[in-house]
Amino acid sequence: MRPVYMITGGITKFAKAHPEKDFRLMVREAFDYALADLPGLTRAEIDGSVCSYFSDHFTRQLKAGAMVQDYLGLCPKPSRRIEGGGATGGLCFQAAWEAVASGRMEVCLAMGFETMSRVNTWKGNEFIALASDTNFDYPVGGFYAGYYAMMVQRHMHEFGTTTDQMAMVAVKNHANALHNPYAQKPARLTIDDVRAAPMVATPLTILDCCQMSDGAAVALLASEEAAQRLCSNPVRITGVGSGTDAMRMADRPHGDVILLPHESAEEYRELRYPGVHSFRAGRMAAKLAYGMAGIGNPAEELDFVELHDAYTSSEIQTCEDLGLCRYGEGGRFVASGAPFLPAIDYGLGFSGEERWSRIPVNPSGGLLACGHPVGATGLMQAVFAFWQLQGTVAKHLGDATLQIPDARRGLIHSHAGTGTYITVSILESV
Amino acid sequence: MNKDAKLPETQEGTVLFNVDPIIIRYHYEIDYLHSYAQDSPFFAALAKGKLMGSRCTGCGCVYATPRGHCMECGARTEWHQLPHEGRIHTFTTCHFGGEAFLKETPFTLVLVEFDGANTLFLSRLVGAEPDEVRIGMAVRARFRRNCQFRPTDVYFVPVAALPSPPSPLPEGEG
Ligand SMILES: [Zn+2]
Repeated sequence: MRPVYMITGGITKFAKAHPEKDFRLMVREAFDYALADLPGLTRAEIDGSVCSYFSDHFTRQLKAGAMVQDYLGLCPKPSRRIEGGGATGGLCFQAAWEAVASGRMEVCLAMGFETMSRVNTWKGNEFIALASDTNFDYPVGGFYAGYYAMMVQRHMHEFGTTTDQMAMVAVKNHANALHNPYAQKPARLTIDDVRAAPMVATPLTILDCCQMSDGAAVALLASEEAAQRLCSNPVRITGVGSGTDAMRMADRPHGDVILLPHESAEEYRELRYPGVHSFRAGRMAAKLAYGMAGIGNPAEELDFVELHDAYTSSEIQTCEDLGLCRYGEGGRFVASGAPFLPAIDYGLGFSGEERWSRIPVNPSGGLLACGHPVGATGLMQAVFAFWQLQGTVAKHLGDATLQIPDARRGLIHSHAGTGTYITVSILESV
Repeated sequence: MNKDAKLPETQEGTVLFNVDPIIIRYHYEIDYLHSYAQDSPFFAALAKGKLMGSRCTGCGCVYATPRGHCMECGARTEWHQLPHEGRIHTFTTCHFGGEAFLKETPFTLVLVEFDGANTLFLSRLVGAEPDEVRIGMAVRARFRRNCQFRPTDVYFVPVAALPSPPSPLPEGEG
């Protein structure tokens, strides 16, 4: 394997609906932004692409990736589709990494999109629920918010996690997004706002859940030689990992914790893992990515995390999977203020508990506030991480508030189903 | 050759939502010939008022939701009858849902744990108000009289007013 760098990226504004643009034009806009940001890069330099989009049902167009490829003027270069539910974008990013790391391409375009506005919200929820077992899960009342609600009910039962702690995640991510013009739904919220919002599936209110979106994002990955030639401030991808779990939540085992280097079996003697409260695939992805990047204690060695917060509850669960705190501590980790940006006044009181390293989680606003156009989401995270590590947040967002000072190393996390496919990638400034 | 050839005109119009951009209604519908294949005996058993899981012939792992091959060791499984009583492992009440289920809201989903089974079973709970549902609550399977050959042919009801103490699941490795 050879070193791989990200050299540029672009995002469209995520929105409830972009009826004036189809998926080809949305990707084109993100692509043009990425090229404009790196004048040395021409289309001729790009050796091929990987294209991520989740659902043919939403697109009402099979082989949509081929249409994007020709729309961008990249035929007859190689391309293929990457699909893996909510992790589609993260898997696409890693597929582009593989193309370059293997030597197959010098420059590879990772491009993703979703147009979810073409059906009503409830039909959209039905499509998404078809990504659960259609013999045993979907017909019982297939609804992803319901699945996540069951997971967090168990998390609350096992660990004492509270709905106020979940609401703090919503307050944080929506407030961060006030400084991100790409975000779909920035808002200044209070814990009471979140709890008083319409109930979707107990205990998740509508403000605990991300929205459906139209949007696209691209990331360009390159070999060391190409990165040095084309880009004055590339970002190196130093670790990739991914993991899986059983499609049916009902099938999740109750065994031993997969340990990270800074943890011991002793501290988890009582925990039956992963059950339905934890994401084994996320822990596996993190373990592999940390191993490749040489990370021993993630909360101390990472400067920020962009993770897949489709629900406030899944952000809490994921902080544990990534080892930012121990399993069971996710709610208190949030309440301590550790994942909040010091530069922003959230109007919240924090517990002041100081046992965790401060590490901003979802400085961009995450899925909760940016939106979740599925195939674009994991690539959106890559672009935000890239800008953080380049130190160019002010240039791209027109606001320096979200720039983490001296950000050297960041993590992006993409997540499918009830934790069936999960990717973790580590990016570092050079 | 006929230079005056014409397509026939029809009275069928298009539902138009917008003109800039043009947004039209496009209907799409399909009937599948969905086979339950190796899972079929589960649905047949529901018609007889039996709840069937799977037991691994290799490692002995018992699955409360059936599967033809073991997830832990890969061996074939055999059919294994589950008890009709279990406990709520976790739950939620859905106030919204996918379009197909919107008319049934609010409905309560439960993952049920059974003595002697290593995994859980997803079902609906009826007969309890949302604020009466608790983790650990004892529940009993009931079966539809008129089968639809769907997993909702079985559902659960509370056993009694008093919740029974939760007992932990056996370890995942059989
Ligand atoms: Zn087995």
